[in-house]
Amino acid sequence: MSERKETIGRTLSVALAVCLVCSVVVSGAAVSLKPQQQENALLDKQRSILRIAGMIDETAGSAEVQRVFDQGITARLVDLQTGHFTDAEDPRTFEPVKAAQNPSLSRILSPEQDVASIRRLERYSVAYLVEKNGEIETLILPVRGYGLWSTLYGFIALEKDLKTVSGFGFYQHAETPGLGGEVDNPRWLSQWPGKRVYDDNGRVAVVMLKGGVNPANPQAVHQVDAIAGATLTSRGVEHLLHFWLGPDGFGPFLQNLKKGEA
Amino acid sequence: MVAKPTVRHVLFNPVFENNPIGLQILGICSALAVTSNLKTALVMSLALTLVTGFSNLSISAIRSQIPSSIRMIVQMVIIASLVIVVDQILKAYAFSLSKQLSVFVGLIITNCIVMGRAEAFAMQNPPKLSFYDGIGNGLGYSFMLLSLGFVRELFGAGKLMGITILQTVNEGGWYIPNGLLLLPPSAFFLIGLAIWGLRSWKTGQKEPAAFRITSHVRAESY
Repeated sequence: MSERKETIGRTLSVALAVCLVCSVVVSGAAVSLKPQQQENALLDKQRSILRIAGMIDETAGSAEVQRVFDQGITARLVDLQTGHFTDAEDPRTFEPVKAAQNPSLSRILSPEQDVASIRRLERYSVAYLVEKNGEIETLILPVRGYGLWSTLYGFIALEKDLKTVSGFGFYQHAETPGLGGEVDNPRWLSQWPGKRVYDDNGRVAVVMLKGGVNPANPQAVHQVDAIAGATLTSRGVEHLLHFWLGPDGFGPFLQNLKKGEA
Repeated sequence: MVAKPTVRHVLFNPVFENNPIGLQILGICSALAVTSNLKTALVMSLALTLVTGFSNLSISAIRSQIPSSIRMIVQMVIIASLVIVVDQILKAYAFSLSKQLSVFVGLIITNCIVMGRAEAFAMQNPPKLSFYDGIGNGLGYSFMLLSLGFVRELFGAGKLMGITILQTVNEGGWYIPNGLLLLPPSAFFLIGLAIWGLRSWKTGQKEPAAFRITSHVRAESY
């Protein structure tokens, strides 16, 4: 080590030069790749909506995702308190999960209300509509709730009677792989279509059943086989459906929609 | 280490002879976290290999300019910049994989292998050789990660790269997967076994015991 390079001026100038070069490299990469990344994030969300609704399969390319989504799906903003459609925000860019962190767009749930353990509920959420001849064919709603370790984020797709499931699934969670992580198992997910989430009195009736569902049971249409070895994750899934389909979630909206008053 | 390392030596020595995970016991955290399937292990290996290679290259290129009082922080800044660039590229071109790797690409910054090679090799050696040394250590890390990913995904989920090899019971097959292998602690056991294997094969890697347990003594009864 030579004497000359240890002076204060020298040290400062090397530090400055390194910082300058590095910041140019980092900001260059961040700025130039940003459009691509935003597109990816949007595409990823659209892909999970379509996959859970069963409108595309796993292998669909990004062009197909975009085409199917643009042609088939309308996003509408829903006011969860009144249960009506609203135009307060742009549904294409509105993010319910982020809004739940924003005090002006959300409220704190009391422990009795908060069956899904999400703490804060956003004022608005986004419903995705598949329409045919002006009538709703499928309604896709975002749901989330706490499982064992993590919040599970997913979508539930309902048929036009607004109580029969046509698809259900999660796009993000961190449950134990092989146990709670089996919420992603296609075989487990395949028992959801055809299940009825409301009973005849309009109450949320879906339950996760331990030990398998007996198809002969008249209640079987509300029952789903719980995941083996994942009691708490299964319970979390049940709770989150009860919350989001219940009076604090999309319940009022679904009732309005059924009456044609949404 | 030999007096004048050759390219061949620095490139392949870290795979078995001086494996960063197996002998130097560095980079264990990410080796536990990202090896539950082969795909994430592969991307992580690639990312780390590139970062180590290029951080060694750039640090070595300016090594005679770096004042020794701030050399660590200079290395850190360079490594951090490279990691951010890699993370941004992954987010732009391999979005679903970058989602699975989540924070672990960012944590390459704190991966001791990168810092260790910068400090131990790149500060003393010319750029080209340093670059190969970085790539070589990346290969050593990759070798370990891919072996772990292979065992964990195959026996933990019955799959390789997401393709079903052993049909599991949950999917209507015969194979009862070992769920433990999908959890991080299993990687500890596997790394331990690998180190045992490596040191039985290359006996030179055995370390002398740091202390000896003396035989049990009983207090005199009186």
